[in-house]
Amino acid sequence: MTTTATPLDVATVRADFPILGRTVREGKRLVYLDSGATSQRPRQVLDAERAFLETANAAVHRGAHQLAEEATDAYEGARQKIADFVGVQYGEIVFTKNATEGVNLVAYAMGNASTSGPEAERFRIGPGDEIVVTEMEHHANLVPWQQLAARTGATLRWFGVTDEGRLDLSNLDELVNAKTKVVAFTHQSNVLGTVNPVRTLADAARAVGALTVLDACQSVPHGPVDFKALGVDFAVFSGHKMLGPSGIGVLYGRRELLETLPPFLTGGSMIEMVHMAKSTFAPPPARFEAGVPMTSQAVALGAAVDYLNAIGMDRIAAHEHVLTEAALRGLTEIPGVRIVGPPDVVDRGGAVSFVVDGIHAHDAGQVLDSLGVAVRVGHHCAWPLHRRMDAAATVRASFYLYNTLDEVTALVDAVREAQKFFGVR
Amino acid sequence: MQLQQMYQEIILDHYKNPHGRGLRDPFDAESHQINPTCGDEVTLRVSLDGETVRDVSYDGQGCSISQASTSVMTDLVVGKPLGEAFKKMDAFVELMQGRGQVEPDEDVLEDGIAFAGVAQYPARVKCALLGWMAFKDAVARSEGAKA
Ligand SMILES: Cc1ncc(COP(=O)(O)O)c(C=O)c1O
Repeated sequence: MTTTATPLDVATVRADFPILGRTVREGKRLVYLDSGATSQRPRQVLDAERAFLETANAAVHRGAHQLAEEATDAYEGARQKIADFVGVQYGEIVFTKNATEGVNLVAYAMGNASTSGPEAERFRIGPGDEIVVTEMEHHANLVPWQQLAARTGATLRWFGVTDEGRLDLSNLDELVNAKTKVVAFTHQSNVLGTVNPVRTLADAARAVGALTVLDACQSVPHGPVDFKALGVDFAVFSGHKMLGPSGIGVLYGRRELLETLPPFLTGGSMIEMVHMAKSTFAPPPARFEAGVPMTSQAVALGAAVDYLNAIGMDRIAAHEHVLTEAALRGLTEIPGVRIVGPPDVVDRGGAVSFVVDGIHAHDAGQVLDSLGVAVRVGHHCAWPLHRRMDAAATVRASFYLYNTLDEVTALVDAVREAQKFFGVR
Repeated sequence: MQLQQMYQEIILDHYKNPHGRGLRDPFDAESHQINPTCGDEVTLRVSLDGETVRDVSYDGQGCSISQASTSVMTDLVVGKPLGEAFKKMDAFVELMQGRGQVEPDEDVLEDGIAFAGVAQYPARVKCALLGWMAFKDAVARSEGAKA
């Protein structure tokens, strides 16, 4: 990974993203501040996907022809790049449709453990067992656990969130206990920007023999992440939030766990031997990739990783840090604006959510949109968190490597404009 | 600016000074509607006098469009026979789903024509329909309760 002190050259980066050159709403320059929802893709990623489709497209792991061989190499090559990117081994990376599917895969596989062989013993979960999540989870890392609890009779518990938007770990020892089977939590909140102390939680979970599942959707795209160093058992992230295509996500699972985890989806490509009455399953990662996988998407995600590596994740993180600091400062200076999340940049990433007194988030977002500023409004798939933070809905600006300080200024100016429009200032 | 087309004065007036707001007794049925993408919600009660809408009362929180639309709706349906109220609803739904291609009839929709600009923003159409969906559901419930 490139680690260099020189700041990122945003103008050069932007030139790689054709979409950033367009205008919206009657000629307004597009100010794209919604990368937390989905990021834009550079030409290099688009070209890689097209090149694959034009030269090597075939169903991977099937067929004896040259194209099938090349397609398989490209697909598995992407797996290797992604494994290196997050500090894990090749066989520990499973391709999924998105992060949501990754969480469901683990939750359903654990549910399936009760009807699997003795090797799956450690994944079994039932009445008396506890699943621990946090109040700041995206629905993707909450609802699958609610459902697993409902199917198995296990109990769902959660860490609270402080007024400032940090995880409340005051009852860590009580929440993570001998009954805990899983601790599932986000690395970085998609609403608050809060970066959670992963090691502390992973250590606590390991001490009681519980599995950890990390939602790395908002961390892997934005800075250096090493799952081994973090000490988690499973982790998920989505390609479309890191300059890659939609339709491809990643599940990391520690090798020894993947080896005994029962399958979730079953069918072709994931079997070892099939008879009419029963089957045995392939070793991981194939066991978790039933059917013909998303191939060009995986290849393009590999290209996205190349692109990010060439720039350097440290530099991207440093760049976003500057933008986040400027946004927090600019927004806090506006009377009537409340930041929902930590007010400073300590352990905080580039998602800045806020409410404007007297203006509903939807209405504020509409004014911003009319000025070309694309943000997300609503509860951002974190409804319980919004309830906790006493906000029905928030406006969220989220930054990435291609955003500029000028765009932060455009955001701040647009918020003032919204106040003028609705006559609250 | 496009914004003024969407946020007509009439809409902002209803938003700031909503008509008929607050939950009242007695009522025949109540409906709670939410917009799951943004969390807006409305609780709405209908009170019927035979086939006539005697009162519509509501409470909720949400954007200017959802709140103003509910306010306008109460003006349109209170005191009207159910058949006429539903005709107005159909006209409003048609307007909102028309992507700006439907010419609204002021005789039918009164202040409701101010929402014509909202129809150009598909993401906001649900907001404008929230109160109406609650009205429709509440009436259906009251009929269910009678049957
Ligand atoms: C923190 C977090 N977790 C999970 C998800 C779900 O990602 P996806 O919809 O790509 O599965 C998102 C993105 O929406 C997210 O921000």
